[in-house]
Amino acid sequence: MFVTKAWAAETASGEAPAEATHSETGVAHGAEGGSFPPFDPTSFASQLLWLALTFGLFFLLMRNIVVPRISSILEVRRDRISRDLDEAQRLKEESDAAIAAYEQELTEARNAAHKIGQEARDKAKAEADASRHEVESELNAKIAESEKQVAAIKAKALGEVDTIAADTVQAIVSEILGVNTTKADAAKAVSSSAK
Amino acid sequence: MSNDPIHQFHLNKLIPLEIGGVDISFTNSSLFMVVTVAATAGFLIWATSGRGLIPTRLQSLAEMSYEFVASMLRDGAGSEGMKFFPFVFSLFMFVLVANLFGMFPYFFTVTSHIIVTFALAMLVIGTVVFYGFYKNGLGFLKLFVPDGVPGLLVPLVVLIEVISFLSRPISLSVRLFANMLAGHITLKVFAGFVASLSAMGAIGIGGAILPLAMTVGLTALEFLVAFLQAYVFAVLTCMYLNDALHPSH
Repeated sequence: MFVTKAWAAETASGEAPAEATHSETGVAHGAEGGSFPPFDPTSFASQLLWLALTFGLFFLLMRNIVVPRISSILEVRRDRISRDLDEAQRLKEESDAAIAAYEQELTEARNAAHKIGQEARDKAKAEADASRHEVESELNAKIAESEKQVAAIKAKALGEVDTIAADTVQAIVSEILGVNTTKADAAKAVSSSAK
Repeated sequence: MSNDPIHQFHLNKLIPLEIGGVDISFTNSSLFMVVTVAATAGFLIWATSGRGLIPTRLQSLAEMSYEFVASMLRDGAGSEGMKFFPFVFSLFMFVLVANLFGMFPYFFTVTSHIIVTFALAMLVIGTVVFYGFYKNGLGFLKLFVPDGVPGLLVPLVVLIEVISFLSRPISLSVRLFANMLAGHITLKVFAGFVASLSAMGAIGIGGAILPLAMTVGLTALEFLVAFLQAYVFAVLTCMYLNDALHPSH
């Protein structure tokens, strides 16, 4: 009853005759199930028409505008990401190649430096050896000469020892004995005692 | 009258129209169909108008709904099913937004009328039947004869398959309609308890706490149902479309 009254009140604004029908046949109407709005067939045509219009329009908007737009947005993004990844891969390969080239050059430079060092060391060693040899031979020559001089001086000195001894003898004799001896006698005495 | 749980499903003629004795008035239901379509399409078009490589929050939401439906359709009907994407996307968004709009107090729930859900279900089944015969010819009838059934059982199985196929539009439409209708009636009944109990004085107000808590819980549940029923509707659409694309199971 109370449902029907509500329904009648709702429809009142629409059509006056309908209201009368509803209030008169309220009970019978309710019994039919017509009072339950979702099962009221009189509203079907209107709902179907408006659903067709609105959903049809919605479908067209989705198909022609929204779906292509979102799919192109996603496509562009996917392309962009894969392109960026490719670019990153390419740059990585480049940097790897640069590192490899750097390593190789470093090795080469190290080898070259090693070689240069070795050469310099060898050369310096050879020069030092040569100069040492020279100095040594010079020194040897000087030593030999000095030895020769020493020998000569020694011989000369030994030769003069007799004369000095004779002179000394002569002087001593004359001092002590008061006898003048000749040089020749002194020399003879020295040489005889030295034997 | 305000406590009548059925009242919310009444159609009010906002602009009475009649053609050839058929009532095609612009009702509150029509109004909410228009609002649903305008809001959804407006949002999707506006949110994606920037076409940003890096999406804004709203564009991200539009893209998420797109990808949600796209993955649902691809899982359900394979990559060939993607030609139906605009259709499934429209269905999902329309049903979802219509259900969610129904959650606003004083708003009309478009999907709480069986004729609306039945029309959408018939649209799905019509598409399946039409496209199934268009693509597979009579091979579409293989849908009713599963492979590897012993000869004796074939008539029985075919009978069962035919009945199951014919009941699809009914189950599809009744599921959505009944969920929305029952949910809204339950909400209204419990909310009505709150109002009528609190009119009974101090004890009544104390007692009204229980139905109030129930109403709060049910509101959350109804939001879940609103989303879930749109999802179920779209998933089943994908599965039925899969039958049209690949009838031999």
